[in-house]
Amino acid sequence: MNTDAAGLGRARAAGFVLPALVLIGVFLVFPALWTIYLGLTDYRLTGLAAADPQVVGLGNYTRALTDPRFLSSLWLTVVYVGGSAILGQAGLGFTLAWLLRTRAGPLRRAVEGVVLLSWILPSTVVGFLWFALLDRDDGTLNALLHTPGLGWLLDYPLLSIVVFNVWRGTAFSMMLYAAALENVPPSHLETARLAGASVPQQLRDVVFPLIRRHVLTNLLLISLWTFNDFTPFVLTGGGPEGRSEILPVYVYNIALKGGELGVGAAVSFLILLINLVFALAYLRLLRGRRRAAGRPPA
Amino acid sequence: MISLHGLTKVFAGGVRALDALDLTIADGEFFALLGPSGCGKTTLLRTIAGLETPTSGSVRINATDVTALPPGRRDVAMVFQDYALFPHMTVSENIAYPLRIRKVPRLERAAKAAEVARRLSLPDLLHRRPAQLSGGQQQRVALARAIACHPTAFLFDEPLSNLDARLRLEARTFLKRLQRELAVTTVFVTHDQAEALALADRIAVMSHGRMIQIGTPAEVFQRPATTFVAAFIGSTPMNLLPGKITSGALHVAGATLPAPAGVPDGDLVYGARPEYLELLLEARPGAFPGTVSVLENLGTSTLVTLETDATLIQAVVPEGDEPPIGTPAWALPRRSLLYRDDRLLHP
Repeated sequence: MNTDAAGLGRARAAGFVLPALVLIGVFLVFPALWTIYLGLTDYRLTGLAAADPQVVGLGNYTRALTDPRFLSSLWLTVVYVGGSAILGQAGLGFTLAWLLRTRAGPLRRAVEGVVLLSWILPSTVVGFLWFALLDRDDGTLNALLHTPGLGWLLDYPLLSIVVFNVWRGTAFSMMLYAAALENVPPSHLETARLAGASVPQQLRDVVFPLIRRHVLTNLLLISLWTFNDFTPFVLTGGGPEGRSEILPVYVYNIALKGGELGVGAAVSFLILLINLVFALAYLRLLRGRRRAAGRPPA
Repeated sequence: MISLHGLTKVFAGGVRALDALDLTIADGEFFALLGPSGCGKTTLLRTIAGLETPTSGSVRINATDVTALPPGRRDVAMVFQDYALFPHMTVSENIAYPLRIRKVPRLERAAKAAEVARRLSLPDLLHRRPAQLSGGQQQRVALARAIACHPTAFLFDEPLSNLDARLRLEARTFLKRLQRELAVTTVFVTHDQAEALALADRIAVMSHGRMIQIGTPAEVFQRPATTFVAAFIGSTPMNLLPGKITSGALHVAGATLPAPAGVPDGDLVYGARPEYLELLLEARPGAFPGTVSVLENLGTSTLVTLETDATLIQAVVPEGDEPPIGTPAWALPRRSLLYRDDRLLHP
């Protein structure tokens, strides 16, 4: 087979690809490799080690992995991802998509509009909106609940950022699931209804088997995004006392506020590894399903 | 027995899909709902199933008023046009799905599925998935799923329309035999008049949410109640020609025929099926004169179109008897119907 469909020849074809490769190299590959290198040094923001960093081997990694602050941050991140992405965004997004599936007209457009708006607003704007909502002295929420002086961000910092992220990210899951649900033939649901299946049974037997791949892809994307999400810093800055210090915030605090760039780089690399494990696990699940479902027809 | 009383369905946009329908379908009857798309036949079937809620009126199945019951509690099984087989389940699991919802134990379910599959000549396919089956096999699996739970009625929505022409005839015979054996009340929807005539014990011809005529295939074919039914039923459309009775003579398409007794003077529509017109090559009293303009080969016969002064007349002639295009010819009616104000006049 002739693979040179455009008839460019190898050299000119390479010329077309080169600019993109250079950009990727300079802005993606080099910083990643540089981070790995920095993670092996005692590089600091200021002082002697900033001018002349020394290689310390795996010292930063052993320090991070034995640091109770890192481990608590990892646990907070797991709770944050599980609560806001998997339970919150995916759960609420699917529920909205399922309820709106048979509705048409103004109600559906209104809900979609509101949910989308929360998704497209810039992070800093959203951050200030939520500050205004949750503020201890003049916050909207306290006024609504008649609980003056309740410091939501201080007393329930993790819950606050979980709810914040659910609010912020549900639109994506809702839209993805709404598109997926359109692929479920109405006759399949009606067959189940005629057999007497309840709504949970319809979901189990008809809907989820058909949209399983959409569900897995969505979970992969939103858990990666949430795992790497830095926006909660705008609300709580990781506090109080590190009670909402998820990993991206921990890296920021340790590297830029604490000045320990080497340790920050090492933790960043650990985050990259965790992301990789996530992605591989999902891909494996997806591929396993495809093999089971995609046997060739006789 | 299924009976409908004053059944009306008005959709949100104001479309009146069912218009005060009254109908009784007897036990074990094979009943066809026939009509062009948009006539309300599918809405009626879905209303019987409980998938649509009527605006007013009631549905009774075996003397129980099921109008307010959800689909799952009406004890009816439906076969959809696309069969609606679950792609992730095997044939056996698909057939036994209604039993699984009824919490029948696993082994009993599998045994029941195998029994029904044997009955429908599907035994070797139990562990395949729907994607691995041919269209005809998929249709039988959908039928098997409907049969497996022993419903009081079957509802079929265009059950044969996804099969290719040859398979459709085979499946038609199979379906009719199966329904005879099971003797379960069956309502099916079709837009294909040949399918309705071939399968049904009785046919309801529908248009714009109303039933225009209810009768046996022979009644509907031989005595269509209106010109709509006359034009809809029959594999070649009936010739419907404007005519006029004046002082005892019927004038139609250039011919003069004796008017039937007891029909007052005035305009009417003269109907004659192409199969009941004999084509002659010389003039005869009471035959419509014209010129052969189109020949359509139907296999064992040919559909001949005559061009007359005012209109076109079609006649079916046996193979080999068709005259060449451009020759003058006369069509002599053997059997005809008269309509006035769109109602059949009793001759």
